[in-house]
Amino acid sequence: MKHQIHFTVNGDHYSLSVDPWRTLNELLREDLNLTGTKLGCGTGDCGACTVLVDGKSVNSCLTLAVSVNGKSIRTVEGLAPSGEALHPIQEAFIQTGAIQCGFCTAGMEMSALHLLNHNPAPSEKEIREGLSGHLCRCTGYNQIVEAISGAAEKMRGNPVEEVKK
Amino acid sequence: MRLPHFDYAAPTTLEEALRLLAEKGPDARVLAGGTDLIIRMRHGLVKPSAIIHLGGIAVLRVITYKLKTGLSIGAAATLAEVAGHPDIRRRYPAVAYAAGETANVQVRNLGTVGGNLCNAAPSADNAPTLMALGAEMVLAGPQGERRVALEQFFKGPGQTVLTPGEILTAIQVPTPPPHSGAAYQQVSARGRVDICAASVGAAVVFEGENCKDIRIFLGAVGPTPLRALLTEDLVRGKAWAPELIAQAGEKAAGEARPITDMRASADYRRQMVGVLTRRALLEAQKRAGKR
Repeated sequence: MKHQIHFTVNGDHYSLSVDPWRTLNELLREDLNLTGTKLGCGTGDCGACTVLVDGKSVNSCLTLAVSVNGKSIRTVEGLAPSGEALHPIQEAFIQTGAIQCGFCTAGMEMSALHLLNHNPAPSEKEIREGLSGHLCRCTGYNQIVEAISGAAEKMRGNPVEEVKK
Repeated sequence: MRLPHFDYAAPTTLEEALRLLAEKGPDARVLAGGTDLIIRMRHGLVKPSAIIHLGGIAVLRVITYKLKTGLSIGAAATLAEVAGHPDIRRRYPAVAYAAGETANVQVRNLGTVGGNLCNAAPSADNAPTLMALGAEMVLAGPQGERRVALEQFFKGPGQTVLTPGEILTAIQVPTPPPHSGAAYQQVSARGRVDICAASVGAAVVFEGENCKDIRIFLGAVGPTPLRALLTEDLVRGKAWAPELIAQAGEKAAGEARPITDMRASADYRRQMVGVLTRRALLEAQKRAGKR
Protein backbone atom coordinates (compact mmCIF):
# COMPACT_ATOMS: atom_id res chain seq x y z
CA MET A 1 0.00 0.00 0.00
CA LYS A 2 1.31 3.42 -0.93
CA HIS A 3 1.59 6.10 1.73
CA GLN A 4 0.92 9.78 1.18
CA ILE A 5 3.81 11.92 2.49
CA HIS A 6 4.55 15.63 2.62
CA PHE A 7 8.07 17.01 2.89
CA THR A 8 10.34 19.73 1.59
CA VAL A 9 13.55 19.34 -0.38
CA ASN A 10 15.82 22.39 -0.57
CA GLY A 11 12.83 24.57 0.32
CA ASP A 12 10.43 23.11 -2.26
CA HIS A 13 7.27 21.42 -0.97
CA TYR A 14 6.35 17.97 -2.21
CA SER A 15 3.32 15.81 -1.64
CA LEU A 16 3.81 12.31 -2.99
CA SER A 17 2.48 8.80 -2.74
CA VAL A 18 5.30 6.30 -2.05
CA ASP A 19 5.71 2.57 -1.56
CA PRO A 20 7.08 1.90 1.96
CA TRP A 21 10.02 -0.19 0.72
CA ARG A 22 11.57 2.65 -1.25
CA THR A 23 14.49 4.50 0.29
CA LEU A 24 14.96 8.25 0.49
CA ASN A 25 17.87 7.81 -1.91
CA GLU A 26 15.61 6.19 -4.52
CA LEU A 27 12.97 8.88 -4.01
CA LEU A 28 15.45 11.73 -4.51
CA ARG A 29 17.25 10.25 -7.48
CA GLU A 30 14.45 8.49 -9.34
CA ASP A 31 11.29 10.46 -8.56
CA LEU A 32 12.66 13.97 -8.03
CA ASN A 33 15.59 13.65 -10.45
CA LEU A 34 17.98 15.03 -7.84
CA THR A 35 20.91 12.87 -8.90
CA GLY A 36 23.55 14.94 -7.10
CA THR A 37 23.04 12.58 -4.17
CA LYS A 38 24.82 9.34 -5.06
CA LEU A 39 24.35 5.73 -4.10
CA GLY A 40 27.54 3.88 -3.20
CA CYS A 41 27.51 0.90 -0.87
CA GLY A 42 23.86 0.92 0.22
CA THR A 43 24.92 -0.16 3.70
CA GLY A 44 25.88 3.07 5.48
CA ASP A 45 29.64 2.69 5.11
CA CYS A 46 30.64 5.00 2.22
CA GLY A 47 28.58 8.15 2.86
CA ALA A 48 28.09 9.02 -0.84
CA CYS A 49 24.32 9.19 -0.24
CA THR A 50 24.49 11.64 2.70
CA VAL A 51 21.77 14.30 2.92
CA LEU A 52 20.49 16.45 5.78
CA VAL A 53 17.09 15.57 7.28
CA ASP A 54 15.89 18.28 9.66
CA GLY A 55 19.47 19.52 9.78
CA LYS A 56 21.07 16.16 10.62
CA SER A 57 23.32 14.25 8.24
CA VAL A 58 21.98 10.79 7.48
CA ASN A 59 22.54 8.00 4.97
CA SER A 60 19.68 8.33 2.47
CA CYS A 61 20.25 4.67 1.50
CA LEU A 62 19.25 3.57 5.04
CA THR A 63 16.31 5.97 5.37
CA LEU A 64 12.87 4.84 4.26
CA ALA A 65 11.27 7.51 2.07
CA VAL A 66 8.00 7.10 3.95
CA SER A 67 9.75 8.07 7.20
CA VAL A 68 10.56 11.62 6.05
CA ASN A 69 6.91 12.63 6.21
CA GLY A 70 6.76 16.19 7.58
CA LYS A 71 10.51 16.65 7.41
CA SER A 72 12.82 19.06 5.69
CA ILE A 73 15.55 17.64 3.46
CA ARG A 74 18.63 19.35 2.11
CA THR A 75 20.66 17.85 -0.71
CA VAL A 76 23.76 19.02 -2.54
CA GLU A 77 21.49 20.71 -5.10
CA GLY A 78 20.37 23.03 -2.30
CA LEU A 79 23.81 23.71 -0.90
CA ALA A 80 24.55 26.82 -3.00
CA PRO A 81 22.66 29.85 -1.69
CA SER A 82 21.61 30.93 -5.20
CA GLY A 83 21.71 29.73 -8.79
CA GLU A 84 24.80 31.86 -9.41
CA ALA A 85 27.08 31.63 -6.41
CA LEU A 86 28.51 28.41 -5.02
CA HIS A 87 28.54 27.65 -1.29
CA PRO A 88 31.92 28.38 0.36
CA ILE A 89 32.27 24.62 0.97
CA GLN A 90 31.91 23.97 -2.77
CA GLU A 91 34.31 26.80 -3.65
CA ALA A 92 36.89 25.46 -1.22
CA PHE A 93 36.57 21.93 -2.67
CA ILE A 94 37.31 23.33 -6.15
CA GLN A 95 40.17 25.56 -4.99
CA THR A 96 42.04 22.88 -3.05
CA GLY A 97 41.57 20.12 -5.62
CA ALA A 98 39.37 18.14 -3.23
CA ILE A 99 37.35 16.77 -6.15
CA GLN A 100 38.88 13.96 -8.16
CA CYS A 101 36.34 11.57 -9.69
CA GLY A 102 33.63 13.47 -7.81
CA PHE A 103 31.56 10.51 -6.68
CA CYS A 104 32.08 11.08 -2.95
CA THR A 105 31.94 14.89 -3.21
CA ALA A 106 28.23 15.54 -2.67
CA GLY A 107 28.17 13.40 0.47
CA MET A 108 31.40 14.86 1.77
CA GLU A 109 30.05 18.39 1.28
CA MET A 110 26.80 17.63 3.10
CA SER A 111 28.71 16.16 6.03
CA ALA A 112 30.99 19.22 5.98
CA LEU A 113 27.88 21.40 6.22
CA HIS A 114 26.55 19.36 9.16
CA LEU A 115 29.93 19.59 10.88
CA LEU A 116 30.37 23.34 10.37
CA ASN A 117 26.80 24.06 11.48
CA HIS A 118 27.63 22.38 14.81
CA ASN A 119 31.28 23.35 15.09
CA PRO A 120 32.30 26.48 13.15
CA ALA A 121 35.99 26.13 14.05
CA PRO A 122 36.85 22.42 13.91
CA SER A 123 40.38 21.11 14.42
CA GLU A 124 41.88 18.80 11.82
CA LYS A 125 41.05 15.84 14.08
CA GLU A 126 37.44 17.00 14.41
CA ILE A 127 37.15 17.37 10.63
CA ARG A 128 38.49 13.83 10.15
CA GLU A 129 36.06 12.52 12.76
CA GLY A 130 33.25 14.44 11.05
CA LEU A 131 34.11 12.62 7.82
CA SER A 132 34.43 9.20 9.46
CA GLY A 133 31.33 8.00 7.60
CA HIS A 134 32.80 8.67 4.16
CA LEU A 135 35.07 6.88 1.75
CA CYS A 136 36.94 8.58 -1.10
CA ARG A 137 38.06 5.88 -3.54
CA CYS A 138 40.51 8.33 -5.14
CA THR A 139 41.97 8.58 -1.62
CA GLY A 140 42.12 12.38 -1.78
CA TYR A 141 41.38 12.82 1.90
CA ASN A 142 44.02 15.44 2.71
CA GLN A 143 42.65 17.92 0.17
CA ILE A 144 39.13 17.35 1.45
CA VAL A 145 40.18 18.06 5.04
CA GLU A 146 42.06 21.14 3.82
CA ALA A 147 39.00 22.33 1.88
CA ILE A 148 36.73 22.06 4.90
CA SER A 149 39.22 23.86 7.09
CA GLY A 150 39.41 26.68 4.51
CA ALA A 151 35.63 26.81 4.15
CA ALA A 152 35.25 27.03 7.92
CA GLU A 153 37.55 30.04 8.05
CA LYS A 154 35.67 31.77 5.25
CA MET A 155 32.26 31.04 6.76
CA ARG A 156 33.29 32.37 10.17
CA GLY A 157 34.05 35.74 8.59
CA ASN A 158 31.05 35.74 6.28
CA PRO A 159 27.99 33.69 7.29
CA VAL A 160 26.14 32.10 4.39
CA GLU A 161 22.52 32.94 3.79
CA GLU A 162 20.63 29.68 4.09
CA VAL A 163 17.96 28.44 1.69
CA LYS A 164 14.55 29.52 2.93
CA LYS A 165 12.25 26.68 3.92
CA MET B 1 19.98 -4.04 -3.74
CA ARG B 2 16.30 -3.06 -3.61
CA LEU B 3 14.39 -3.78 -0.43
CA PRO B 4 11.80 -6.55 -0.36
CA HIS B 5 8.18 -5.43 -0.09
CA PHE B 6 6.49 -4.94 3.29
CA ASP B 7 3.60 -3.13 5.00
CA TYR B 8 4.47 -0.05 7.00
CA ALA B 9 2.98 1.76 9.95
CA ALA B 10 4.21 4.74 11.96
CA PRO B 11 2.25 4.72 15.22
CA THR B 12 2.37 7.75 17.51
CA THR B 13 1.71 5.92 20.79
CA LEU B 14 3.23 2.85 22.40
CA GLU B 15 -0.23 1.26 22.81
CA GLU B 16 -0.84 1.59 19.08
CA ALA B 17 2.59 0.12 18.32
CA LEU B 18 1.93 -2.90 20.58
CA ARG B 19 -1.48 -3.44 19.01
CA LEU B 20 0.00 -3.26 15.49
CA LEU B 21 2.81 -5.62 16.40
CA ALA B 22 0.32 -8.19 17.75
CA GLU B 23 -1.91 -7.75 14.72
CA LYS B 24 0.85 -8.10 12.11
CA GLY B 25 2.21 -11.29 13.65
CA PRO B 26 5.66 -12.77 14.24
CA ASP B 27 7.10 -11.67 10.86
CA ALA B 28 6.62 -8.00 11.67
CA ARG B 29 9.66 -6.03 12.86
CA VAL B 30 9.96 -2.78 14.77
CA LEU B 31 12.32 -0.20 13.30
CA ALA B 32 13.98 2.49 15.43
CA GLY B 33 16.84 3.91 13.35
CA GLY B 34 16.98 1.17 10.73
CA THR B 35 20.77 1.17 10.40
CA ASP B 36 20.93 -2.56 11.16
CA LEU B 37 17.49 -3.73 9.99
CA ILE B 38 17.58 -2.06 6.54
CA ILE B 39 21.02 -3.54 5.83
CA ARG B 40 19.87 -7.01 6.89
CA MET B 41 16.84 -6.65 4.62
CA ARG B 42 19.03 -5.49 1.73
CA HIS B 43 21.19 -8.57 2.16
CA GLY B 44 18.10 -10.79 2.22
CA LEU B 45 18.76 -11.96 5.80
CA VAL B 46 15.31 -10.87 7.00
CA LYS B 47 12.07 -10.37 5.11
CA PRO B 48 9.64 -8.66 7.45
CA SER B 49 5.98 -8.77 6.46
CA ALA B 50 5.52 -5.41 8.13
CA ILE B 51 7.66 -2.66 9.61
CA ILE B 52 6.47 -0.66 12.57
CA HIS B 53 8.46 2.53 12.84
CA LEU B 54 8.98 3.72 16.42
CA GLY B 55 10.47 7.13 15.54
CA GLY B 56 7.13 8.91 15.77
CA ILE B 57 6.41 7.82 19.37
CA ALA B 58 7.48 10.88 21.34
CA VAL B 59 7.77 9.10 24.71
CA LEU B 60 10.33 6.65 23.30
CA ARG B 61 12.69 9.49 22.36
CA VAL B 62 12.94 10.95 25.85
CA ILE B 63 16.16 10.93 27.88
CA THR B 64 15.81 11.85 31.56
CA TYR B 65 18.17 11.94 34.51
CA LYS B 66 17.22 12.23 38.18
CA LEU B 67 19.62 11.74 41.06
CA LYS B 68 17.15 9.47 42.85
CA THR B 69 16.10 7.22 39.98
CA GLY B 70 19.06 7.50 37.65
CA LEU B 71 19.14 7.69 33.88
CA SER B 72 16.43 6.63 31.47
CA ILE B 73 17.25 6.40 27.77
CA GLY B 74 14.18 6.07 25.53
CA ALA B 75 14.43 3.14 23.12
CA ALA B 76 14.27 5.44 20.08
CA ALA B 77 16.82 8.02 21.32
CA THR B 78 19.58 8.21 18.72
CA LEU B 79 23.23 7.40 19.37
CA ALA B 80 24.04 11.07 18.63
CA GLU B 81 21.46 12.25 21.17
CA VAL B 82 22.90 9.97 23.86
CA ALA B 83 26.50 10.90 23.01
CA GLY B 84 25.70 14.61 23.20
CA HIS B 85 23.28 14.69 26.14
CA PRO B 86 24.62 17.05 28.85
CA ASP B 87 23.48 14.91 31.81
CA ILE B 88 24.89 11.72 30.27
CA ARG B 89 28.19 13.42 29.45
CA ARG B 90 28.50 14.69 33.02
CA ARG B 91 27.11 11.75 35.03
CA TYR B 92 27.74 8.79 32.72
CA PRO B 93 30.71 9.81 30.57
CA ALA B 94 31.46 6.20 29.61
CA VAL B 95 27.92 5.75 28.29
CA ALA B 96 28.20 8.93 26.21
CA TYR B 97 31.63 7.86 24.98
CA ALA B 98 30.46 4.39 23.91
CA ALA B 99 27.50 5.89 22.00
CA GLY B 100 29.85 8.38 20.34
CA GLU B 101 32.25 5.59 19.34
CA THR B 102 29.51 3.58 17.63
CA ALA B 103 29.74 3.58 13.80
CA ASN B 104 30.01 7.04 12.16
CA VAL B 105 28.29 10.44 12.25
CA GLN B 106 25.43 9.68 9.85
CA VAL B 107 24.69 6.29 11.41
CA ARG B 108 24.69 7.91 14.88
CA ASN B 109 22.14 10.47 13.62
CA LEU B 110 19.82 7.61 12.61
CA GLY B 111 20.68 4.63 14.82
CA THR B 112 19.71 4.17 18.45
CA VAL B 113 21.31 2.78 21.61
CA GLY B 114 18.19 0.63 22.03
CA GLY B 115 18.61 -0.79 18.54
CA ASN B 116 22.30 -1.49 19.12
CA LEU B 117 21.31 -3.59 22.17
CA CYS B 118 18.27 -5.31 20.61
CA ASN B 119 20.27 -6.42 17.56
CA ALA B 120 22.48 -8.24 20.07
CA ALA B 121 25.73 -8.30 18.15
CA PRO B 122 28.44 -9.68 20.49
CA SER B 123 30.41 -6.56 19.50
CA ALA B 124 27.63 -4.05 20.33
CA ASP B 125 29.54 -0.96 21.45
CA ASN B 126 26.91 0.15 23.94
CA ALA B 127 26.52 -3.15 25.79
CA PRO B 128 29.63 -3.62 28.01
CA THR B 129 29.50 -0.24 29.79
CA LEU B 130 25.74 -0.32 30.35
CA MET B 131 26.05 -3.89 31.70
CA ALA B 132 28.87 -2.82 34.02
CA LEU B 133 26.68 0.02 35.30
CA GLY B 134 23.83 -2.42 36.05
CA ALA B 135 21.41 -1.17 33.38
CA GLU B 136 17.90 -2.59 33.10
CA MET B 137 15.81 -3.03 29.97
CA VAL B 138 12.17 -1.98 30.21
CA LEU B 139 10.10 -4.18 27.92
CA ALA B 140 6.45 -3.54 27.04
CA GLY B 141 4.23 -6.32 25.75
CA PRO B 142 0.61 -7.38 25.45
CA GLN B 143 0.75 -8.58 29.08
CA GLY B 144 2.16 -5.31 30.38
CA GLU B 145 5.62 -4.19 31.36
CA ARG B 146 8.57 -6.22 32.62
CA ARG B 147 12.14 -5.36 33.49
CA VAL B 148 15.17 -7.44 32.63
CA ALA B 149 18.73 -6.76 33.73
CA LEU B 150 20.80 -6.06 30.62
CA GLU B 151 23.16 -8.74 31.95
CA GLN B 152 20.32 -11.27 31.41
CA PHE B 153 19.08 -9.77 28.14
CA PHE B 154 21.38 -11.42 25.58
CA LYS B 155 20.99 -15.10 24.70
CA GLY B 156 23.42 -15.39 21.79
CA PRO B 157 24.48 -13.58 18.64
CA GLY B 158 21.36 -11.74 17.44
CA GLN B 159 19.30 -13.41 20.19
CA THR B 160 17.65 -11.69 23.16
CA VAL B 161 14.95 -12.48 25.71
CA LEU B 162 12.52 -10.22 23.81
CA THR B 163 9.45 -12.29 22.91
CA PRO B 164 7.28 -11.73 19.81
CA GLY B 165 4.98 -8.82 20.51
CA GLU B 166 7.37 -7.11 22.93
CA ILE B 167 9.02 -3.73 22.40
CA LEU B 168 11.94 -2.24 24.31
CA THR B 169 10.75 1.11 25.68
CA ALA B 170 13.69 2.34 27.74
CA ILE B 171 17.10 1.54 29.15
CA GLN B 172 17.42 2.48 32.81
CA VAL B 173 20.78 3.03 34.46
CA PRO B 174 21.04 3.51 38.23
CA THR B 175 22.84 6.54 39.61
CA PRO B 176 26.45 5.46 40.13
CA PRO B 177 27.49 5.32 43.80
CA PRO B 178 29.86 7.98 45.20
CA HIS B 179 33.59 7.42 44.56
CA SER B 180 32.92 5.34 41.47
CA GLY B 181 33.93 5.55 37.84
CA ALA B 182 33.21 3.70 34.62
CA ALA B 183 35.03 3.38 31.31
CA TYR B 184 34.71 1.85 27.85
CA GLN B 185 37.67 0.78 25.74
CA GLN B 186 37.65 -0.85 22.32
CA VAL B 187 39.91 -1.65 19.43
CA SER B 188 39.17 -2.23 15.76
CA ALA B 189 41.12 -2.69 12.56
CA ARG B 190 40.23 0.61 10.92
CA GLY B 191 40.41 2.89 13.91
CA ARG B 192 36.92 3.69 15.05
CA VAL B 193 34.38 3.56 12.27
CA ASP B 194 34.23 -0.19 11.89
CA ILE B 195 32.90 -2.89 14.17
CA CYS B 196 35.18 -3.46 17.14
CA ALA B 197 37.42 -6.55 17.42
CA ALA B 198 37.37 -6.49 21.22
CA SER B 199 35.98 -4.17 23.87
CA VAL B 200 35.83 -3.81 27.64
CA GLY B 201 33.38 -1.94 29.85
CA ALA B 202 34.18 -1.52 33.53
CA ALA B 203 32.61 0.16 36.56
CA VAL B 204 34.61 0.48 39.78
CA VAL B 205 33.52 1.67 43.24
CA PHE B 206 36.29 2.83 45.58
CA GLU B 207 36.54 2.99 49.35
CA GLY B 208 39.65 4.96 50.14
CA GLU B 209 42.49 3.18 48.35
CA ASN B 210 40.55 -0.06 48.06
CA CYS B 211 38.31 -1.37 45.35
CA LYS B 212 34.98 -1.81 47.09
CA ASP B 213 33.14 -3.24 44.12
CA ILE B 214 33.79 -3.84 40.44
CA ARG B 215 31.96 -5.05 37.35
CA ILE B 216 33.76 -5.87 34.10
CA PHE B 217 32.20 -6.95 30.79
CA LEU B 218 34.05 -8.08 27.67
CA GLY B 219 32.61 -7.43 24.20
CA ALA B 220 33.18 -9.26 20.87
CA VAL B 221 35.03 -12.14 22.56
CA GLY B 222 32.11 -14.51 23.13
CA PRO B 223 28.60 -15.21 21.81
CA THR B 224 27.31 -12.38 24.03
CA PRO B 225 29.16 -9.72 26.04
CA LEU B 226 30.79 -11.74 28.86
CA ARG B 227 31.06 -10.88 32.52
CA ALA B 228 34.67 -11.27 33.73
CA LEU B 229 33.71 -12.73 37.11
CA LEU B 230 37.15 -14.13 38.01
CA THR B 231 38.78 -10.79 37.24
CA GLU B 232 36.22 -9.00 39.38
CA ASP B 233 36.91 -11.43 42.27
CA LEU B 234 40.62 -10.82 41.90
CA VAL B 235 40.28 -7.04 42.22
CA ARG B 236 37.33 -6.64 44.60
CA GLY B 237 38.32 -5.73 48.16
CA LYS B 238 42.00 -5.22 47.31
CA ALA B 239 44.18 -2.12 47.50
CA TRP B 240 44.31 -0.43 44.07
CA ALA B 241 47.86 -0.81 42.74
CA PRO B 242 49.62 -1.05 39.37
CA GLU B 243 50.47 -4.75 39.93
CA LEU B 244 46.80 -5.49 40.61
CA ILE B 245 45.75 -3.75 37.37
CA ALA B 246 48.35 -5.77 35.44
CA GLN B 247 47.10 -9.03 37.00
CA ALA B 248 43.52 -8.04 36.21
CA GLY B 249 44.47 -7.65 32.54
CA GLU B 250 45.97 -11.12 32.43
CA LYS B 251 43.00 -12.63 34.23
CA ALA B 252 40.49 -10.98 31.89
CA ALA B 253 42.43 -12.18 28.83
CA GLY B 254 42.08 -15.69 30.24
CA GLU B 255 38.34 -15.27 30.71
CA ALA B 256 37.72 -14.14 27.11
CA ARG B 257 36.36 -16.78 24.72
CA PRO B 258 37.27 -15.25 21.36
CA ILE B 259 36.99 -16.72 17.89
CA THR B 260 39.07 -15.96 14.80
CA ASP B 261 37.15 -14.17 12.05
CA MET B 262 37.67 -11.48 9.41
CA ARG B 263 38.02 -8.76 12.06
CA ALA B 264 40.78 -10.32 14.15
CA SER B 265 42.38 -13.57 15.27
CA ALA B 266 41.43 -15.15 18.57
CA ASP B 267 45.00 -14.64 19.84
CA TYR B 268 44.95 -10.95 19.02
CA ARG B 269 41.57 -10.51 20.64
CA ARG B 270 42.72 -12.27 23.80
CA GLN B 271 45.79 -10.06 24.08
CA MET B 272 43.73 -6.95 23.43
CA VAL B 273 41.29 -7.87 26.19
CA GLY B 274 44.27 -7.69 28.57
CA VAL B 275 45.32 -4.28 27.29
CA LEU B 276 41.80 -2.87 27.16
CA THR B 277 40.99 -4.12 30.66
CA ARG B 278 44.03 -2.34 32.09
CA ARG B 279 43.14 0.85 30.21
CA ALA B 280 39.50 0.68 31.28
CA LEU B 281 40.41 0.19 34.96
CA LEU B 282 42.83 3.12 34.91
CA GLU B 283 40.31 5.36 33.21
CA ALA B 284 37.55 4.32 35.62
CA GLN B 285 39.89 5.20 38.49
CA LYS B 286 40.58 8.63 36.98
CA ARG B 287 36.88 9.29 36.57
CA ALA B 288 36.20 8.22 40.16
CA GLY B 289 38.81 10.69 41.32
CA LYS B 290 37.10 13.49 39.49
CA ARG B 291 33.86 13.15 41.42
